[in-house]
Amino acid sequence: MNKLSTILLLTGALALSACNNPDRFGAGGAGAAGAGGAGGITAGGLGDPGDPNSIAYFNQTIGDRVLFAVDQSTLTPEGQATLAQQAVWLNQHPTNTAIIEGHADEQGTREYNLALGDRRANAVKAYLISQGVSAARLQTVSYGKERPLAVCSDEACYSQNRRAVTVVGVGAGV
Amino acid sequence: MTRVAPAPARPQPETHPTQWVRRTGNVMSIVRTLCLALAAAGLAAPIAGAQSGPLRIVIEEGVIEPLPFAAPTFIAENPGAAEIAASITRVVAADLAGTGLFREIPASAFISPVTSFDAPVAYADWKAINAQALITGAVAVGSDGRINVKFRPYDVFSGTELGAGMQFGGGQGDWRRIAHKVADQIYSRITGETGYFDSRVVYVSESGPKDARLKRLAIMDYDGANVQYLTDSSTIVLAPRFSPSGDRILYTSFETGFPRIKLMDIASVTSRALAELSGNMTFAPRFSPDGGTVVFSLSQDGNTDLYAMQLSSGQTTQLTNAPSIETAPSFSPDGSRIVFESDRSGNQQLYIMPAGGGEATRISFGEGRYGTPVWSPRGDMIAFTKQNAGRFHIGVMRTDGSEERLLTASFLDEGPTWAPNGRVIMFTRESAGAGGAAQLYSVDISGRNLKPVPMEGSASDPAWSPLLP
Repeated sequence: MNKLSTILLLTGALALSACNNPDRFGAGGAGAAGAGGAGGITAGGLGDPGDPNSIAYFNQTIGDRVLFAVDQSTLTPEGQATLAQQAVWLNQHPTNTAIIEGHADEQGTREYNLALGDRRANAVKAYLISQGVSAARLQTVSYGKERPLAVCSDEACYSQNRRAVTVVGVGAGV
Repeated sequence: MTRVAPAPARPQPETHPTQWVRRTGNVMSIVRTLCLALAAAGLAAPIAGAQSGPLRIVIEEGVIEPLPFAAPTFIAENPGAAEIAASITRVVAADLAGTGLFREIPASAFISPVTSFDAPVAYADWKAINAQALITGAVAVGSDGRINVKFRPYDVFSGTELGAGMQFGGGQGDWRRIAHKVADQIYSRITGETGYFDSRVVYVSESGPKDARLKRLAIMDYDGANVQYLTDSSTIVLAPRFSPSGDRILYTSFETGFPRIKLMDIASVTSRALAELSGNMTFAPRFSPDGGTVVFSLSQDGNTDLYAMQLSSGQTTQLTNAPSIETAPSFSPDGSRIVFESDRSGNQQLYIMPAGGGEATRISFGEGRYGTPVWSPRGDMIAFTKQNAGRFHIGVMRTDGSEERLLTASFLDEGPTWAPNGRVIMFTRESAGAGGAAQLYSVDISGRNLKPVPMEGSASDPAWSPLLP
């Protein structure tokens, strides 16, 4: 990809993330993803978010997560736009693998929310595959309602918790 | 703990065992009905003047006036037994009063002390304080440290024993279990129901903040005593379930990084993965009534279906095949059917299908969403979680979906589990907000006697054991 298109993408991603998820840069996000222990990545070593080859760039500049409506696993247009950029990055970095974490808000029973989180993670996986990312590089895991990102009990938090997060691993061999 | 033996013969005219209501089968004609739910009709069952017959509470819907009982501290038959005799008496009384069906008369009201287990009962003194039931007992501690507990329940107003006296023996560490067994006997003789006090609950102990909750498996007596942790908090664990024999637990663990069903032997506290299965998530396991099969959910490519695995062979059968979410399966007590939840209609509803799979019949039709169905051990009811209009409820319905009754309402109630006698339900109640925490609650299937389980800290996902042997 030439330099111009990269810059355009970057600008678009920032605009998207600003309206999607203002808390995305907060410590809670990294903590929640790390607490699951699925990705095996640590807070360090993600690099500079200004470096397009860094995982920090993927997480913050592109945006590592998409959000869902209540009880839905259908991707929103905003979510599809984020995932399209995730796919571009993953296609440009073929040695990186990823685990997609699906989450639900607390308004649901535990078992159902596990299944719903699985649906969400797989909706993301399917989209990334449709954009050319090899299925062998992608795994999914559902946390149901076990790992909320925001802890209040109203829609302001619920909307952030209904999410699927693409956790990029360093190198191959997830 | 050793088994029941009759208490030594009593130097008093004995009741006739054949008169005991549970043994005769001719129940209704001779029951002296106490506190029957007649409030709605404006009738109060007379108590003191009732005709003779075994003392009896009939558990029905409606308001119940608890039955007053006296439990004088059990006699210590040797000096070393005093403390344990007092402790056992307290647990027996707490078990009975905790049901909401009984009310303990405080010792300060007693007229005559009980000084000997075999002395004649001064019925008039117990009538005078309106004790409907009297429980006497005696505890001996042997030189080997073993304890022996004898007890006799009395129907004060008819002046008779409530069935024969009994005794239980065991090690000192068994004293709570012995007390629960005594209370189960008394509960059973007065209500005609099987007891549930000598039972345990496996659950998830919770700590830490809401966005990084630590969870570990724990087991305790039904009343919150004797907590023992079964796992550490290093990984998320969910929804443990007892085997029918009470010696093993199925649960879901994130130990591998992905939700997987594990099987734990309680005595040795050792776990193994249920089996290597395809799919990226297995969860919501439950045993069949014979303990030989596990029914569970398996998710593959974003779709969750129900499967059954024979534990002996590992052979797995797919029970449902639909693009919807099928989860939370629970067997009928005879093992012939499975109730589960599915969103095949567009949202969560309850369905029943044959245990081998096949056509499912929807049984929930009210407003809202229905999940986590659990078949009653008596076979007649299904408990569930209902979500409607921003509230959660624990409810029960008949197995055909009729007579739906919501027992609770709160910000978040979920995950019912049945007491072994099918009369009480325990569940998780979670409070709202950033500081929200989960607690275990119990409630009668009539909706009465809603209360938190007395225990330290936060807890979720209770599963009630069968009655212990």
